[in-house]
Amino acid sequence: MAKIKFTLNNEVVEIDKDLNMRLLDVLRNDFNLTGPKEGCGEGECGACAVLLNHEIVNSCCTPLANVMDKEIITIEGFSITERYRIIKEAFAKTGGVQCGFCTPGMIIATESLLNKNPHPNDFEIKIGLSGNLCRCTGYNLIIEAVKEAAKAGEGLW
Amino acid sequence: MRDISTSINKVDNDEKTSGKAIYVADIKLDNMLYAFTVRSKIAKGKIIKIDYPELPLGYYIVDYKDIPGKNIVKVIFDDMPIFTEGDITYLYEPIALLIGPDKAVLSKLFAEVKIEYKEEEPVFAWKDSVIHYHFDKGLGKSALEEGKIIEYVYQTGYQEQAYIEPQGFIGYLETDKTTLIGSIQCPYYVKNAVIQALGAKDDEVRVIQAAVGGAFGGKEEFPSLMACQLAVALKKIKQPIQLVYEREEDMLVTTKRHPSRINFKASIKDNKINGLSVHVGIDGGATIGLSGVVLSRALIACTGAYAIDNLDVSGDVYKTNTVPNGAFRGFGAPQMFFAIEMFVEHIAMELGLDPLEFSKSILAKQGDYTSTMGVFRDPVLMPEMIEKALEVSDYNNKKTMFKKQQNLKGVGMSLFFHGCGFTGSGEKNIIKAKVRLKKQFDKVEILIAAVDMGQGVKTTFRKLVAHILEIDIDKVIFNNPDTDFVPDSGPTVASRTMMIVGGLVARATKEVKDRWNEGSFVVEKQYEQPDYIKYDESNFKGDAYPAYSWGVNVVEVEVDRFTYQVKVNKTWAFYDIGKAIDERIVIGQADGGLAQGLAYGYLEVMNHDKGKIMQKNMTDYIIPTAMDMCSMETYLYENPYAYGPYGAKGVGELSLIGGAPAVAKAIENAIGKKVFKIPVTPEYIMELMKNGKD
Ligand code: FES
Ligand code: FES
Repeated sequence: MAKIKFTLNNEVVEIDKDLNMRLLDVLRNDFNLTGPKEGCGEGECGACAVLLNHEIVNSCCTPLANVMDKEIITIEGFSITERYRIIKEAFAKTGGVQCGFCTPGMIIATESLLNKNPHPNDFEIKIGLSGNLCRCTGYNLIIEAVKEAAKAGEGLW
Repeated sequence: MRDISTSINKVDNDEKTSGKAIYVADIKLDNMLYAFTVRSKIAKGKIIKIDYPELPLGYYIVDYKDIPGKNIVKVIFDDMPIFTEGDITYLYEPIALLIGPDKAVLSKLFAEVKIEYKEEEPVFAWKDSVIHYHFDKGLGKSALEEGKIIEYVYQTGYQEQAYIEPQGFIGYLETDKTTLIGSIQCPYYVKNAVIQALGAKDDEVRVIQAAVGGAFGGKEEFPSLMACQLAVALKKIKQPIQLVYEREEDMLVTTKRHPSRINFKASIKDNKINGLSVHVGIDGGATIGLSGVVLSRALIACTGAYAIDNLDVSGDVYKTNTVPNGAFRGFGAPQMFFAIEMFVEHIAMELGLDPLEFSKSILAKQGDYTSTMGVFRDPVLMPEMIEKALEVSDYNNKKTMFKKQQNLKGVGMSLFFHGCGFTGSGEKNIIKAKVRLKKQFDKVEILIAAVDMGQGVKTTFRKLVAHILEIDIDKVIFNNPDTDFVPDSGPTVASRTMMIVGGLVARATKEVKDRWNEGSFVVEKQYEQPDYIKYDESNFKGDAYPAYSWGVNVVEVEVDRFTYQVKVNKTWAFYDIGKAIDERIVIGQADGGLAQGLAYGYLEVMNHDKGKIMQKNMTDYIIPTAMDMCSMETYLYENPYAYGPYGAKGVGELSLIGGAPAVAKAIENAIGKKVFKIPVTPEYIMELMKNGKD
């Protein structure tokens, strides 16, 4: 057990925990943030994705120790931003949401991608989403959503 | 008024994008315990002795001795125990639940469980037939006594549903009532199974659907097993318990698509198929469960999209000491359509005919008899769909050009249908679907057991009712089904939801409309089979389905010349689904189904070694990522079915069926060798390049 401090959804938090614990479990159990999902538990599906210093990481493969003094944003924190509003409207408009289990991760991946590359081409979008599995959509409408968000959010990223 | 097909935003988008939707694993209850499943480590034998470690206070073992009712999971064929009583029939068969408050302690205890077995020789060969079916059409076998005979064998592998949310339940007791919240497709399957397991009364079991993170058939019958186990534990421990699988457990122990071996023999006269003999073998795994129904659907689809007068059709479900196989989107049809599509192509090649021209010359038309002497009653739009496919994909040109080119590019086309709803008289005799609408002031609540697992039921049903009543969609209420409130409208399976349940809801809504000024009231409707549908189950005679959805897929691939990796470059899909209740939702489902069908054909490899599934996670079992997918063009055709709401027929499964044969034919076109099995992996292509048939 050790004390660890980090920023979680714009608030500084401190918690006394085994630092080997998975960030995903700490978020879900200790902070009740259930937006990040467990789909595989081994870094393959991206359902557990969060932003660490504004880069996408799989929280199931991130030991708590890695977030010391860093900034974590989960879908809950991201969903109060203007960028989120643009992205979610794009997903709605194109039909990028089916069962929804991959969706929070996909939204985080979209943000991470657009933050680095506000005008991605199709190939760059596919690479940007390649760490996130979706079994329902076949990805096309999600790729459309990313394009739509980039267009509608011109200037935001 | 706007056409109903015009898309609207899905009603549950916001809760899903924001992470607020509640899936099973997101639910936490006070004093909640966790359950781990103790499983066999052998594939066949008997348990001699189990040594459980000493359990700390608050930890429990629950096994068959705790079952108050029957130790059988009620499915269609009831042969799966809830917990084994000592006989082991497959690897990882459930023996007990280990339950307690701390997962770390549970893990430690779990590792200390010692089980002694008397091992027996497991059976993996397909020889032990537990279900055999046979039927004839026309002259049957005797039609194969003349003409040119062509014979081939086709094989298909396992496929895992790979929903991104693993299976799970959470349960608690409300005084005498056992309440289960689950990631499920069929609330009443679960409820009825639990009633039997507990020996409970109807009002002592309650099943509620949580948000479902994908299902694809995988959450049709398997959840009933977990629910029975959990319910037994709840009765004993009387504290809330969560039973959620991790990915590895889910991959190793849950039901999968039946592997199949399909033998075809055809007699050819005047360049037509005079008679067809087919045998379908499927691996049922250790229990029968739904295998018989899967086999029927495969057998009935044996003529593919074609009309063939003389048939000799048989099939067997083989029992093996492997994980039980079960429902998966398409339910026997994907196996058969792969095989028949390849066979018809291969027949044409042997006859020196153009495969597409040959296919077109034998296509089923309106009024033709089905394999079971039912009738294709509605117009068949396939010729028009094929014409469009040829035009937009430039198919003929590409096919000739690719054959000549050095690079391994190819194009393939598949023609297929899906029988909508349950096979045979299932709706009438077994399901007897019931729907209820509650009108209160200016609002209407839809009370049905249909589950939104991503396919958009919540949106399309609210839209349907709002559209008929000409009211705002916000005035129509639809909550996740809870068996304490909704009647049994049947399971969310078999592409039946919109056509059958939606049809009933539409009828009920019309009554609500007529009585709109009466204030608050309830309307109920029960399924009535259209008069003309008559089916004799035991002889496979009559109309096996009330309606058919049809499809054409064109797929273009490129095979790497050195690694033989397959890349799908583009797909074109054409579907006659009667009428889309929401176009964008249908297109989303169509994309997803085709992605699964394509991957079934070339990407998704699953096998077992001595009963052990070799792919235990998403690293070993490859499903498509965004990088694997290509652009997909979809065209929808209207062809209203009289009993479907606004003419809607089945949508969910159709789009999975044509992917595998289309991609397999495209690979054939690319490599110039005949393909006989799926998935068409690089290893298989290499083998074909060396020793394959031209
Ligand atoms: S749960 Fe973390 S990547 Fe799948
Ligand atoms: S929407 Fe279901 S996994 Fe992506």
